[in-house]
Amino acid sequence: MSALSSAVSFEMTKARTVRSTVWSLIFCFLVSVAIALLFGWVLRGAYDDMSPEGKAGFDPVASGYNGLRLGMIALVVFGVVLVGSEFSTGTIRSSLAAVPDRGRFYAAKIITGTTIALAVSVITTFATFFAAQTAIGSARNASITDQGALQATMGAIIYMTLLCTFSMGVAAVLRSPALSLGILVPLFFMVSEILNNLPGVQKVAQFLPDAAGQIMMRGDPPESTVLNGWTGVGLLTLWTAAALFAGYAGLRRWDG
Amino acid sequence: MIEVHHLTKRYGAAVAVDELSFQVRPGQVTGFLGPNGAGKSTTMRVIMGLCRPTSGYGLIDGRPYPELERPLRQVGAFLEAKAVHPGRSVYHHLAGLAKSNRIPESRVNETLALVGLQTVARKRAAGLSLGMAQRLGLAAALLGNPPVLLLDEPVNGLDPEGILWIRGLIRRLADEGRTILVSSHLMSEMALTASHLIVIGRGRLLADTTIDDFIARNSRSFVRIRTPEQERVRDVLTAAGVEARRGPDGAIEVVGASLEQVGELIGRHHVTVHEVSMRSASLEEAFMQLTADSVEYRDDAGPAFPAGRMG
Ligand SMILES: Nc1ncnc2c1ncn2[C@@H]1O[C@H](COP(=O)(O)OP(=O)(O)OP(=O)(O)O)[C@@H](O)[C@H]1O
Ligand SMILES: [Mg+2]
Repeated sequence: MSALSSAVSFEMTKARTVRSTVWSLIFCFLVSVAIALLFGWVLRGAYDDMSPEGKAGFDPVASGYNGLRLGMIALVVFGVVLVGSEFSTGTIRSSLAAVPDRGRFYAAKIITGTTIALAVSVITTFATFFAAQTAIGSARNASITDQGALQATMGAIIYMTLLCTFSMGVAAVLRSPALSLGILVPLFFMVSEILNNLPGVQKVAQFLPDAAGQIMMRGDPPESTVLNGWTGVGLLTLWTAAALFAGYAGLRRWDG
Repeated sequence: MIEVHHLTKRYGAAVAVDELSFQVRPGQVTGFLGPNGAGKSTTMRVIMGLCRPTSGYGLIDGRPYPELERPLRQVGAFLEAKAVHPGRSVYHHLAGLAKSNRIPESRVNETLALVGLQTVARKRAAGLSLGMAQRLGLAAALLGNPPVLLLDEPVNGLDPEGILWIRGLIRRLADEGRTILVSSHLMSEMALTASHLIVIGRGRLLADTTIDDFIARNSRSFVRIRTPEQERVRDVLTAAGVEARRGPDGAIEVVGASLEQVGELIGRHHVTVHEVSMRSASLEEAFMQLTADSVEYRDDAGPAFPAGRMG
């Protein structure tokens, strides 16, 4: 256990002494909060022009979390860079010289990345919530104590964290930050979005990792999906476990 | 002690290391010599557990490297390939490594001072010159003050001052009783630092001996005679059953007789000579001769080295 803890503090040192990882985290926070403010401010002005159905369906919590989607890209970048740069820069050789047990090295890496992602997600999500609700204005905003608000917030935190961890596993398989981002970013933020809006494909597309996780972020799950918040979390957890396992298998085979 | 047992490493059909076995004993510098592509780096990476052998294994003090507890305190490795994040500072690179093996952080500055990098401690690795990057690699190897060192071509890319510095450092480390395996493709470099030699070519063991023995065995030495009385000297030698040949510059070269024997023969027959001296092929030539058959990339257009560069 003490061997694992020194491996973790090694990974912590590496994570905070490179600009790209630190900046991706700062960016995650700034972009989420900025978009929440902007979105909330726009909504405040646009509310009166909405149709009656629009007003009825207006969910200030979900609207406030729109900005998280962009912040999440930054968190995915963080996870990918944390793992992928080991391979792309050759740092993995000095890392494995120091921690030659590959299982221990990998566990330390994933624990470190996930812990940081969780901490940043907590801070970002709460900040985003309060920023968005302030911007929407006291007339129609939500309070954190409202029915479902805290649950959606927890869902958003879990979702962001698991998506980052999933990305670390993928980066360990692909070993190239550029390739990993080239696949993950379009998958999460375009392909999945498109597929989930095509009526025929939607039944299947909701099982993609990010779509499954996203259900957690809504106050009440949409009618159209088979999954609900909890099965969504479960499915994203399974995806994450599969990616981590594949990453571990890849690392064991790494030959350098 | 470092041991390698029947190590074989294949990359597809290509054999990088072929049934290689040797031991590296403590308290001396062992030179690991071989031409480009001989398999030196591959062997070292296998010993470190970075690369998986096809068969065979390497051990450090009787254990595989991945099983070592806090390996940086037991083995320091300087590898050929890049192993530093270009965006991380020199100090933080070492500080992270120190954390991983519970090495006190005070060792970071000590080690930086040892390799002369104190002034660039805060600089990012990407901004280092080639020589500084080499020193950072050495600092990482020395950080845990390990009794065993694996150094893969540490003089590569260094200027003459850097080379002198590193020779001194390696000798000092060996004098402290450490086990040092240092690879090179330059025999002359090894002659200056190593006391034992392991020579490989195409992944196979070609020699495993002391440096003195290697020199004695492999340098084809001869006695060189310069004389105004060529004919008489030849006759005298032939009569005594000693083989003589004409050297490239017209001097007589005698193989298979000692300097003393030749001197006595000449003295007994009162021949005039201008020079009688012992000559040997250079170490580099001896090395090239040994590995000639195993050089991977050879210019087939001509001999591997020009003849007549003896002495
Ligand atoms: N990752 C790899 N994939 C394929 N072939 C490789 C790999 N690494 C090494 N080789 C091959 O294995 C052989 C041995 O290479 P190695 O780098 O160990 O030689 P070396 O003795 O260190 O040479 P040099 O003096 O040039 O550093 C070479 O033929 C090389 O092409
Ligand atoms: Mg090499």
